[in-house]
Amino acid sequence: MVTADAVWAALDEIPDPEIPVISLVDLGVVRDVAVDGDHVRIEFTPTFLGCPALEVMRRAMEQKVEELGGEPEVAVIQDDSWSTDRISPAGREKLREAGFAPPTPRAAGATTLLQLQSKAFRCPYCGSTETRLENIFGPTPCRSIRWCESCRQPFEQFKTI
Amino acid sequence: MPGNARAQLLLDLADDELILGWRDSEWTGIAPTLEEDVAFSSIAQNEIGHARALYELAAAELGTNADALAFDREPDEYRCAPLVELHLMDWAHTIARRYLYEEADRVRLDALKASDDVELAGLAAKIDREETYHRLHAEMWAGRLRDEPRFRDAVEELWPYALGVLAPEQRAELARRVGLEPVDAKERGSHTSELAELWNEMTEVRRSAPGATW
Repeated sequence: MVTADAVWAALDEIPDPEIPVISLVDLGVVRDVAVDGDHVRIEFTPTFLGCPALEVMRRAMEQKVEELGGEPEVAVIQDDSWSTDRISPAGREKLREAGFAPPTPRAAGATTLLQLQSKAFRCPYCGSTETRLENIFGPTPCRSIRWCESCRQPFEQFKTI
Repeated sequence: MPGNARAQLLLDLADDELILGWRDSEWTGIAPTLEEDVAFSSIAQNEIGHARALYELAAAELGTNADALAFDREPDEYRCAPLVELHLMDWAHTIARRYLYEEADRVRLDALKASDDVELAGLAAKIDREETYHRLHAEMWAGRLRDEPRFRDAVEELWPYALGVLAPEQRAELARRVGLEPVDAKERGSHTSELAELWNEMTEVRRSAPGATW
């Protein structure tokens, strides 16, 4: 008999395909797990729509449910319910330890250039806020590139969405 | 909204994002700076991701799949606005297009977010949040090039095309935002010869092995 707790625990073992220090549960993309007999329905909220890892995540979730003996149904919810605010505190800490500056909280309004140029962004290596924006875009849609003036090295900043 | 009108609207949106994403991707490796290689590649990837999500909604409506809608139609069946298909290998025009498209897209997304169609309004809200970063990039460049004659000429040249991205009733809002007078729009529904060339390249692999799975 598959239980929701067992499914959550199994999903927590799936690393993010592009930032493997953090699990899908830490990333906050699993919105709900509903178990009805063998049928397991997972509500999955994609991060960035342009993220090439979405299909990989989806297949990994199906596989975990099958390993538990369940029949998976992954429903992709394409609305505004995922935000970087859904990354768990543990997930944020793991990101920082791996050299990714975690996202700042989603503000009431949309991000502005002024905000990106402000002192709100802390270097994940040395903790300094003497950092500047190098590029709004980075190696994946979810990341920007910043430069730390204190320890003089570039770092990746999670975009807030 | 009747099913066909909804599918049509979704295809307008999806085709704009797919074709613009394709055009933006043409800068990968040849942009004026390395940072812009990264920026244009990332923007292109994200626009194509938006297209995929929109095609999926349209596909559910039309009983097909997103790939078939993206690649298996003939060039004259695409619904994209002429603005996005222009082949512009010039930085001033490229930035002018990004700037005008993002401004037009913002007007369109604001309307969709307020729609009674919950599924489409939810997706528009998600897309809009991601587009914020595309807009910041476009605004940064538009600000930097504002006094450059080549950029001003490019904006003026593309202005009728930008109006054609939107429905007639949304155009006054775009004119207000960018500070230009409304003119006759280059309407959606006909295509430049440049789309057929793009289509030829874009669908080449898929046409070379029909029905293959990858």
